Amino acid sequence: MGRITLDNVTKSFGPVQVIPPLNLTIEDGEFTVFVGPSGCGKSTLLRLIAGLEDVSSGEIRIDRQDATHVPPAKRGLAMVFQSYALYPHMSVRRNIAFPLRMAKMDQAEIDRRVNSAAEVLNLGDYLDRRPGQLSGGQRQRVAIGRAIVREPAAFLFDEPLSNLDAALRVGMRLEISELHERLRTTMIYVTHDQVEAMTMADKIVVLRAGVIEQVGSPLELYRTPRNLFVAGFIGSPRMNLIEGPEAERRGAHTIGIRPEHIEVTEGPGAWSGTVGVAEHLGSDTFFHVHETGLAETITVRAGGEVGFDHGDRIHLTPREDLIHRFGADGLRFE
Amino acid sequence: MATQHSRSAARFMMAPAVILLLGWMLVPLTMTLWFSFKKYLPLRGGDLGWVGFDNYVRFVSSSSFWPAVQATLVIVLGVLVVTVCLGVLLAILLDQPMWGQGVVRILVIAPFFVMPTVSALVWKNMFMDPVNGLFAHLWKAFGAEPISWLSEASLFSIILIVSWQWLPFATLILLTAIQSLDSEQLEAAEMDGAPVLKRFWYIILPHLSRAITVVVLIQTIFLLSIFAEIFVTTQGSFGTRTLTYLIYQRVLESQNVGLGSAGGVYAIILANIVAIFLMRIVGRNLDA
Repeated sequence: MGRITLDNVTKSFGPVQVIPPLNLTIEDGEFTVFVGPSGCGKSTLLRLIAGLEDVSSGEIRIDRQDATHVPPAKRGLAMVFQSYALYPHMSVRRNIAFPLRMAKMDQAEIDRRVNSAAEVLNLGDYLDRRPGQLSGGQRQRVAIGRAIVREPAAFLFDEPLSNLDAALRVGMRLEISELHERLRTTMIYVTHDQVEAMTMADKIVVLRAGVIEQVGSPLELYRTPRNLFVAGFIGSPRMNLIEGPEAERRGAHTIGIRPEHIEVTEGPGAWSGTVGVAEHLGSDTFFHVHETGLAETITVRAGGEVGFDHGDRIHLTPREDLIHRFGADGLRFE
Repeated sequence: MATQHSRSAARFMMAPAVILLLGWMLVPLTMTLWFSFKKYLPLRGGDLGWVGFDNYVRFVSSSSFWPAVQATLVIVLGVLVVTVCLGVLLAILLDQPMWGQGVVRILVIAPFFVMPTVSALVWKNMFMDPVNGLFAHLWKAFGAEPISWLSEASLFSIILIVSWQWLPFATLILLTAIQSLDSEQLEAAEMDGAPVLKRFWYIILPHLSRAITVVVLIQTIFLLSIFAEIFVTTQGSFGTRTLTYLIYQRVLESQNVGLGSAGGVYAIILANIVAIFLMRIVGRNLDA
């Protein structure tokens, strides 16, 4: 069981408070992603939960028991680090067995658990190699293996995919999601990549400067971002934010419209502009449109076969029902 | 060094240094070999002609040869054990964040700057003197009989002095090695349930193994030839006559250059055997 509750948790480094009082509950079995720009305190928050940093005030409860001052090893959590933190002088087998040996488990049980973890993660052929002889993806799997053999209450992932190349990252993303489906254990995952957050999470926690901006499922955040920060952070490419007369006409200080909710036409439309850079992805084309009189650049998504070129005049029509309206305080309203 | 031209220019520019070093090494080596086959007694008749391997046989069959080898090994091994063990502990200590870290680190390195002769004299007169030494006062303060260190515990005293000199070197190398340890590994071990001592044993010590071999290699080469510390303290008496000191005595005290040169050739062979062994160990360790 792994229900984790943070109750008025704060963290200060010297005079600098990096996490102001923060409340959060992570339900058992949930895949929660902490996402935010670098320096927003998401890794610190994870380290507080892990016990690698002491909280300055507040309480952390794991399964309703106070774990605020429990040492990391006794919290029943397993962590996968950004650098994987494999022990370079030990074979893969000994790396994975290390937490079990520290727990003084008997050898037969250790072997059984290591072998089953190796099977789950396709590491069977590599058990006798050293981490230095493995590729990035394999090292990642060893780190995950070392975490799962302990059968922890929850897994903590600290930007685990940021050292992998793009193709491998997509593959590992799927593997971790599948692992979660199979184990149904609580997972907390820290990333700065909103694509990882959107694709993997049951629940996303968006952080900025140690403050939780919004908590919700990926689609909730996509459909109803609470404020301008979340609106700009979730979704790729970013939502277009427009101030001025167009916003005032709709009774808002700022309006936001996602690139995929604007229709591109050659003929007449609500807005017009000149195509700048056109990014052809095959399945989609992203146009960066200038000289619209709305904002410096408006990004729109069109089908893969839409063939406008640099310098073409085009017309844009937003879907009125999907325009988000924000007040002067940055909060979204209906 | 990409082109033919730059390669030959590089060789040309390196040549003076290489020739100088080669001459520096080859001249004494040839002279040692030359004299080792001669009976050469500067104050008792000078060059008395070739004697073949006579000097080599006499040097090894002398009653002081094996004790000298033993003393050499005891001192080298003793100093290695002390400097590596204390060096690891000091390095861990100095790696902790603390107030005045920079000053403390300089203080720790300081003994390395003191000349061997000076440090040995300081130890002999200020610490180990049975009448006025600090140790004698300390012993008396507890009502014990002062020890005359250099005669009663002579090998131990030499090991103590030499270790004090080499500890900063070991500490420095090991400190840089500890600083290169990825802190996430320690955190991972902490989360895996390894308490402090096990983290040291399973993570820090294996990480240091390479640095320790480097320390052992370099120190062994220098420790085989320690001389000043013995010269100014015991003068080779009380079982502190090492191979190096024996050679010195043969050449300067007995005025037998031929015999001493033969000893020198043995020392070269011994040093090379040690070096080959160590290079193989280090090579294996550096590959991993």
